[in-house]
Amino acid sequence: MSWLTEPLAFGFFRHGLIVATLSGALCGLIGVYVTLRGMSYIGHGLSHAIFGGAAASALISLNFYIGAGVWGMASALAIGRVTRRRVIGSDAAIGVITTASFAFGIALLGLYGQVKRSIDAALFGSVLGVSVADVWVVAGVTVGTAAIVFFFYRKLLFTTFDPEVADVSGVNTARMDALLMLLLSASILATMKVLGVVLIAATLVIPATVARMLTNSFARMLWLSTSIGAVCGFVGMVVSYHLDISSGATIVLVGASLFAVVFALSGRKGLRRAAGLDTHDAPVVGPQPVASRGDRP
Amino acid sequence: MVESLVRLERVTCAYDGTPVLVNVDLEVGAGDFTGIVGPSGSGKTTLLRAVMGTVAPVAGTLRRRPGLRIGYVPQVETVNWSFPVTVSEAVLMSRTSGRRLPWPSVAERAEVADVLARLGIAGLGRRHIRELSGGQQQRVFLARALLRRPELLLLDEPTSGVDVRTRHDVLHLLADLNAEGLAVVLSTHDLNGMAAHLPYLVCLNTEVAGRGTPREVLTPEVLERTYGAPMEVLEHGGMPVVVDRYDEADNVLRFRRGTAS
Repeated sequence: MSWLTEPLAFGFFRHGLIVATLSGALCGLIGVYVTLRGMSYIGHGLSHAIFGGAAASALISLNFYIGAGVWGMASALAIGRVTRRRVIGSDAAIGVITTASFAFGIALLGLYGQVKRSIDAALFGSVLGVSVADVWVVAGVTVGTAAIVFFFYRKLLFTTFDPEVADVSGVNTARMDALLMLLLSASILATMKVLGVVLIAATLVIPATVARMLTNSFARMLWLSTSIGAVCGFVGMVVSYHLDISSGATIVLVGASLFAVVFALSGRKGLRRAAGLDTHDAPVVGPQPVASRGDRP
Repeated sequence: MVESLVRLERVTCAYDGTPVLVNVDLEVGAGDFTGIVGPSGSGKTTLLRAVMGTVAPVAGTLRRRPGLRIGYVPQVETVNWSFPVTVSEAVLMSRTSGRRLPWPSVAERAEVADVLARLGIAGLGRRHIRELSGGQQQRVFLARALLRRPELLLLDEPTSGVDVRTRHDVLHLLADLNAEGLAVVLSTHDLNGMAAHLPYLVCLNTEVAGRGTPREVLTPEVLERTYGAPMEVLEHGGMPVVVDRYDEADNVLRFRRGTAS
């Protein structure tokens, strides 16, 4: 057990371990909605957009969460504004605005900051900068997100599965969409330090995809994805310490390894389930109707 | 006088400036059973969406009785069959008011079991929605709509992609529900299997081309206005039967082309 107890002697590692485990669970939980709603690219883009705000706030000594949070919000609003003009699609708008914000952050750090180390830490995650305050922030966002998912479970599920019918059934789908965006933004913001800008998207997608290969039930998928995310975060942190590589990269590699194992064991059935995460496949229907002479296409 | 649940007066709906419904009048009262027939792209789904309130008219007036509970069964083609949801989860989804806890109460479980049993799919609650036959899938979404205890049930092409037996079953099921007082409005392009058996039809091709009982609207004139193609109406067992009118020479020509290719 020394492989586990040895790093626990360091305060920074204890903080990092708690944050990584909670971050994994948080991303696993919110990742279920992200993948089923086809929002993976939004998650990827938002993390890149927030990087610009993180760089700017570091340079002017502004609190990371305030600076990066405001920047992320501004990016999301800009994406919405560009998309509403209908000249370009939302995916293109996300691509332009978030990568521009990311590039702006790189440029700022290049001009004024400690370029190599800061960029590496921000891109790929690091436990060295995790403070007690960061632990509380991640814990707060995780508990808050879990509470919201718990109490809005039915409405979030209905809105994710069938927004039009949910709307007719009295669910304020616009509010649920906004709530999910808020949760996603808060999750990215809270987990960015440990997971890193580039790798957050993977922690949103991998646990949910693995969980989808294991179950056909939404409720079970939520539990599984959260648990898988937490385990990947915990194991990834320990491996990161022993191999002396970035925490974000090891967490993602642990998740990817798990994906490979489950994929190999669940075979074609699991693959079919996972492949349907972002698609609206044609249904399996019974025999086709007998052609009626009066039927028209 | 029968209470009006929904009333549309000269309603026009458009997507990106292109009108898909023009000056449509429709009134649905308690206990009505109305079929909306028309070709693909004639505005059937948009009309249902306008009734539901998910598409706003650009002109005309639409009145819905305040507090009206609407159940909607979408086209099976629009459902995400890969979504991880069991039959029970899908049915229970519509129960969004009241209980906040994720898991169903004992009463809700019993209610779901009742509605599944009534629709002939008892015992399938734990199955994934993709693991069902076409008719069973249709019933799952009918069960979801019924769990809301609606006063008005809207169905978009409920017999699309199902076999003849299932079509009959769905039709009888809807007739039973209607007999209990539930107002039903459905869209269909199936003239003989579905529309001819309904008490009231609205023929739609962007505008209303005709309305009335099947005998009143399933006529060559109304059908040609609706479908833009000549059709004949025969009589069989006291029911109108619609058949395509083929030009014999044209038919032979098509056949020859078909065998030559």
